[in-house]
Amino acid sequence: MKFFMIHLMPYADIDLDYDKKHNSAWVTLPNAYFDPKKGPALYNRYIDELAYAETVGFDGVCVNEHHQNAYGLMPIPGVIAGALARETKKVKIAVLGRALPLLTYPLSVAEEYAMLDNISGGRLIAGFVRGIGAEYHSTGVNPAESHDRFHEAHDLIMQAWTKPGPSRYEGKYYHFDYVNTWPRVVQQPHPPIWIPSQGSSETINWASHPTRKYVYLQTFSPADQLKRFMDMYRAKASEYGYEASPQQLGWATPVYVADTDEQAKREAKVHIEAFYNKFLRMPFEMLIPPGYLSLSSMAAVGEKARAAAAGASTTTIESVMERGMFICGSPDSVAQQLEHHQKTVGYGKLIAMMQFGTLPHELTKRNMELFASKVMPKIRHLGEDDRPIKVEAAE
Amino acid sequence: MSEAKETYETIAGCKTQMLRGGKGEPLLFLHGGGGAGVWLPFFQTLSEKYDVIVPEHPGFGRSDTPDWLDNVGDYANFYLEFINKFGLNGVNLVGTSLGGWIAADLAVRDQSRLKTLTLVAPAGIHVNGVPKGDLFLWTPEQSVRNLFADQALAEKVLAMKPDEEERRRKMKNALMLAKVGWQPRLYDPNLRKWLHRIAKPTLVLWGDSDKVIPPAYGPAYRDLIPGAKLEVLKNCGHLPHVEKAAEAAALIGKFIAESK
Repeated sequence: MKFFMIHLMPYADIDLDYDKKHNSAWVTLPNAYFDPKKGPALYNRYIDELAYAETVGFDGVCVNEHHQNAYGLMPIPGVIAGALARETKKVKIAVLGRALPLLTYPLSVAEEYAMLDNISGGRLIAGFVRGIGAEYHSTGVNPAESHDRFHEAHDLIMQAWTKPGPSRYEGKYYHFDYVNTWPRVVQQPHPPIWIPSQGSSETINWASHPTRKYVYLQTFSPADQLKRFMDMYRAKASEYGYEASPQQLGWATPVYVADTDEQAKREAKVHIEAFYNKFLRMPFEMLIPPGYLSLSSMAAVGEKARAAAAGASTTTIESVMERGMFICGSPDSVAQQLEHHQKTVGYGKLIAMMQFGTLPHELTKRNMELFASKVMPKIRHLGEDDRPIKVEAAE
Repeated sequence: MSEAKETYETIAGCKTQMLRGGKGEPLLFLHGGGGAGVWLPFFQTLSEKYDVIVPEHPGFGRSDTPDWLDNVGDYANFYLEFINKFGLNGVNLVGTSLGGWIAADLAVRDQSRLKTLTLVAPAGIHVNGVPKGDLFLWTPEQSVRNLFADQALAEKVLAMKPDEEERRRKMKNALMLAKVGWQPRLYDPNLRKWLHRIAKPTLVLWGDSDKVIPPAYGPAYRDLIPGAKLEVLKNCGHLPHVEKAAEAAALIGKFIAESK
């Protein structure tokens, strides 16, 4: 198992009563809620926490991209990744943005990632996403073009990294006569590529294709969804004629460890509930604008997502633990839960969110320490090799 | 009783649903973002004097979604082909909201087959400092409430429970409206530069309580089209042809009758 720590860098100082006046922490929440006096300490605290992941023994750190919200303060994740490239020496640095369709000049991602790969000495993991629906309200980019722009921008970036320049790219949304990226990436032919997703058959078909075999990350989803999409990836891979390895499958989830189950739950409660109820809060129309999903996906998940968005503000620690959306407890019980999911789901990369919502610095640090010293050793041997494993059948 | 006939026609490779009823000069109606597919009382009234033709835009409702469809310009060219295919001449072109935008764009491109142009709360231009309603961020209930001035009417619409097929058509319509209208939001910055080319009698119709495209857009549109006339309907939202069907039909009928 490879262990990564992801940070969302939430605006933890937010007035949690904001939702008495506003229906979302995204897009339309007035930025007057952000206190400029608190920004510097918060950013530097978060960067320290990510750097500390290397000290305690994580294999990598992850940053991500979201715009105009209190949920995550990394609209330009490369800024944090750049700081981490210097703050750390060994860990992989995964940028789980960039949201490619939002850009009119996606070659900037080829450039930015190549710079990060150089500065970090070849430690970059390149993430490509579409961004969630809210991004399309914030940036004005047309959600109905999102899929096509994503695929074109991806092809363009891969061309920039792997085809000797200058070359030409002729797409519908992007057209460049001179694709000639300087600097070149250190990792040849290109850095590892990860595709985070909330789960979509279209994304899985594409990521698992034999020409790509990209690492697929299921993010913040109930355990049954996790199982469904990981199985889908494996099934698709065997359809393509190969067996997917655990190292192609990652799971991103919030994790909290304390000495006992009872203590962990008591300490995490307000913070994880704030994460789900306050920071993730947004109406359905913001989350899934028309065109963001294909008509068939929209018909399939639309109503479920609408119901989920409506229920988002009433999440409890019990409900998220029960659904496998929060792994919380003593070192033993956290290891046990992760092992259980590993055996049923077959993931080989754990993307653990060690800070969530309003969780303060001291608890975050202790969480990381306990996880690294008492949980990792128990489960590191699982899903470690690249050989495919047979997962246990669903219950 | 509805006298409209429903047919499916293939135009520019796209199977297109069409309702047609009445006799007289052709009146081609281009619907808004909510789609068409239903023979409204407004059409019935107009069909007493005109040959009323109501196609469902490609990508909407029961019409197919062609590969070539990207923007409102594609719709304008599509309807020029449509007019050609049916051999229509002296067309009274009526467009509402998205359909008004298409109609204005079409008229800028080629007005030779038109007799009159009626734009009902048309999209297509932007007036700085006057934001349109963010209909993509409104909940379904807010959307219905914001479409009508008369909330009793909104209640009636909200009480209707669409079946599975109708819900799917609504999703399809929303997707297509986003595709052609998300950015720039419901307008084409180039359209206003050429609206002065329109030389046919033009009526601009607006509801005084329009929350989707505010009434301030009425005078702006009127001033961009030489000789255009503006009529504002009282206590009326974004859908004058639904909310004030009789009044709107009468105004349009009078306007066409007076146009030479």
